[in-house]
Amino acid sequence: MIEFASLLGKLNWSALPQDPITAGGAATVVGGVLGVMALLTYFKRWKWLWKEWLTSLDPKKIGVMYIVVAVVMLVRAGTDALMMRTQQAISVGSNHGILDSNHFQQIFSAHGTIMIFFVGMGLMFGLINLIMPLQIGSRDVAFPFLNSISFWLFFVGVVLVNLSLVIGAFSAAGWLAYPPLSELRYSPGVGVDYWIWSLEIAGIGSLLSGINFLTTIIKMRCKGMTLMKMPMFVWTVMGAMTLVIFAFPILTVTLTLLYLDRTFGMHFFTAGDGGNMMMYVNLIWAWGHPEVYILVLPAFGVFSEVVATFSRKRLFGYTSMVWATWAIVALSFSVWLHHFFTMGAGADVNSFFGIMTMIIAVPTGVKIFNWLFTMYRGRILFATPMRWFMGFVVLFTLGGIAGVLLGVPAIDFQLHNSLFLVAHFHTMIVSGVLFGYFAGITYWFPKFAGFRLNERFGNYAFWCWFIGFILAFGPLYVLGLMGATRRLDHYSASLGYQPLFIVAGIGVGIIALGVTAQLLQVFVSIRQRHESRDTTGDPWNGRTLEWSTPSPVPYYNYAVTPEVDNRDPFWAVKQARTAGVAVEPQHYEAITLPKNSAIGLYIGIFSFLIGFGAIWHIVWLAAIGLFGAFVCILIRCNDDHTEHHISAKKLEQLDKQARAQGGLA
Amino acid sequence: MSSSATVQADDSKPILGFWIYIMTDCVLFASLFATYAVLYKSTAGGPSGYQLFALKNVLAETLILLTSSFTCGLAMLAAHRDDRKQTLFWFAVTFALGVAFLTIELTEFRHFVVTGNSWRRSGFLSAFFTLVGTHGLHITIGLMWMVILMWQVFKCGLARVTIRRLTFLSMFWHFLDIIWIFIFTIVYLRGAIAP
Repeated sequence: MIEFASLLGKLNWSALPQDPITAGGAATVVGGVLGVMALLTYFKRWKWLWKEWLTSLDPKKIGVMYIVVAVVMLVRAGTDALMMRTQQAISVGSNHGILDSNHFQQIFSAHGTIMIFFVGMGLMFGLINLIMPLQIGSRDVAFPFLNSISFWLFFVGVVLVNLSLVIGAFSAAGWLAYPPLSELRYSPGVGVDYWIWSLEIAGIGSLLSGINFLTTIIKMRCKGMTLMKMPMFVWTVMGAMTLVIFAFPILTVTLTLLYLDRTFGMHFFTAGDGGNMMMYVNLIWAWGHPEVYILVLPAFGVFSEVVATFSRKRLFGYTSMVWATWAIVALSFSVWLHHFFTMGAGADVNSFFGIMTMIIAVPTGVKIFNWLFTMYRGRILFATPMRWFMGFVVLFTLGGIAGVLLGVPAIDFQLHNSLFLVAHFHTMIVSGVLFGYFAGITYWFPKFAGFRLNERFGNYAFWCWFIGFILAFGPLYVLGLMGATRRLDHYSASLGYQPLFIVAGIGVGIIALGVTAQLLQVFVSIRQRHESRDTTGDPWNGRTLEWSTPSPVPYYNYAVTPEVDNRDPFWAVKQARTAGVAVEPQHYEAITLPKNSAIGLYIGIFSFLIGFGAIWHIVWLAAIGLFGAFVCILIRCNDDHTEHHISAKKLEQLDKQARAQGGLA
Repeated sequence: MSSSATVQADDSKPILGFWIYIMTDCVLFASLFATYAVLYKSTAGGPSGYQLFALKNVLAETLILLTSSFTCGLAMLAAHRDDRKQTLFWFAVTFALGVAFLTIELTEFRHFVVTGNSWRRSGFLSAFFTLVGTHGLHITIGLMWMVILMWQVFKCGLARVTIRRLTFLSMFWHFLDIIWIFIFTIVYLRGAIAP
């Protein structure tokens, strides 16, 4: 409150890195940014970047940008994980390892925050942008400009988290910043404020995406695509976006209240003066539990597509899959208390939430069985996406069983806050979310790049991830049962933890090899793109609409919007073609598409100023940000020329060209 | 597809989108109401709502806001009749009522603060200022939006896209009215019952 008087708020020279570890982090961030800028200048790609990517309103391009950012963040937060496990493997007895407590705390806070918000959410929104409009036979999302704002707000969140390495420090209060630790009294620095504002801004971006995608699915399906003919991925996106709409406003409120406590001396979650810190835990998990399903539902959708395609069979139990999805959506709001059974809510409340937790495992089980039955008697092709799926089924089922165990309040009293819990949720999120999106990226990669990803490196990556994961998290279940608590940066040798921690550390190393294999996979695939070019638009013998387009997909997606009368429309078309049914000639009509716009990017920049100003208490900077964002919106609203038209003739020409290049008749 | 059908299909997307947005705002207020419900007894030795609230002011605020919803409706009817003058007139009345509402609210806030009962006093007052203040912030945004749209109507008349924006504004305004009814009931009427 007092620092508001000063022109630069809390900001001064002491905010710059003072010790070797933070200096190393800062140097990596600054070096990385400068390196990318140098490369862009050297190859004279600035204009290309600006015109083709940064200002693009094409959801496919925005999707690729999400995925690129998410992958960079995967490497960043993965490095955090490596440092933590190294610390835990060596920091025994008189050896205090490589990190002090404060850094260790910052690192695990950053690891969790980044992995959930910027890796999981980034991969998810990326894939939705890439695939969902194509699968429903649409040219675009409902609000293309809003989509660009969403991306840039997400990006501002990423920038703020990483900026904390250079200016100031990140939160050391855990990935969910429980009070009273996260209150001003116990965390007086700017770390928690960095956490608050990076999530606040990225969270608003997610909320806008939720509105956008839900409207798209409801309003923009092509002719004939009734709800029960939608591809499973679209169903799961619809469920996830419904959850976004109900859950993210709670996050916005919770973060705001914490900021009001810290900055304006309010008493929502303080230890005295009428504050109630357990309310924070309730609020954050009322968002947090649905968030888990927001991340995993679209991954379930990806698996549904992958299993059907690679088993050469229709998805088994489509209707039950749809109902299972919506059962999960509804139930996900009735289990949040299982994150804090030990709060002392009483036996009745705990029993209710314990039972609900077990019930929500049922629809997930339905899905697992449906996938297995889809494979049954199918002609399975074990390509990389299918391997990710197989790994997922094994790990996810085991992790789910551990979850049901934890759902028993009496057991939870023993295991809460232990490494058993850490092992459980990593099993769910790594196998469910990450494996799911890896499968999705491999599966749909040719659709956007025009060539397939290298199978050999994909295989290496999968086995490294799978074996590395078992080595990294298997020991954690055991350690948890031995009593090792989470977030442990030092322990006594007499506890006998060290051998298992060393195994876990080796596991993380193998996962790092897996990530390296994935990066090499992309590199090698680009080098060999001529051999693996997708000339048919349908490299996997797919079933849904997106495979009827040439690869890479033209920016207008479909020259003529398709009509469907089948759940696997493209499969049906292919069957008809083999049976000799003549393909009707295309009738082209003029179409309208949005023009590029840089205003989304400008709104991102101004939001950054708002966030940075709020973190450091620089009032004038935040005011400039607010005013700038407001002016940007005004300018956009008064711009009547946001669209451009493509005439029927031009479209026909473009389409024939694209089809000839893509090898389609 | 005929041109009118295209335009209609175009319109239905933003309308659905805006309804969904209002729903998210509803969840936002629901969270704030929940916080208030948890904290309204946490006065930490400070005053309770019973000691603080002056129901006379609140009645005036309520009547003003309800009337503004009515005049907003009249403005929309005029807009659909393509009557620019009446539209501007009724929006101007709505605007004035909105400003009157905000003035009373801010006077109340100021009174609380100068008598030593600011948001820093207790959990109850933090929740009170945040919940009622968030509604007030929405009203402020609504008023700014109203000025911009009135300027647009004044300058360009009642084009389709302007009518659509006016429709969103009126939806927003009515929504804030409904939220206020909840604040009136849960915060003020409930607060006025002797503990």
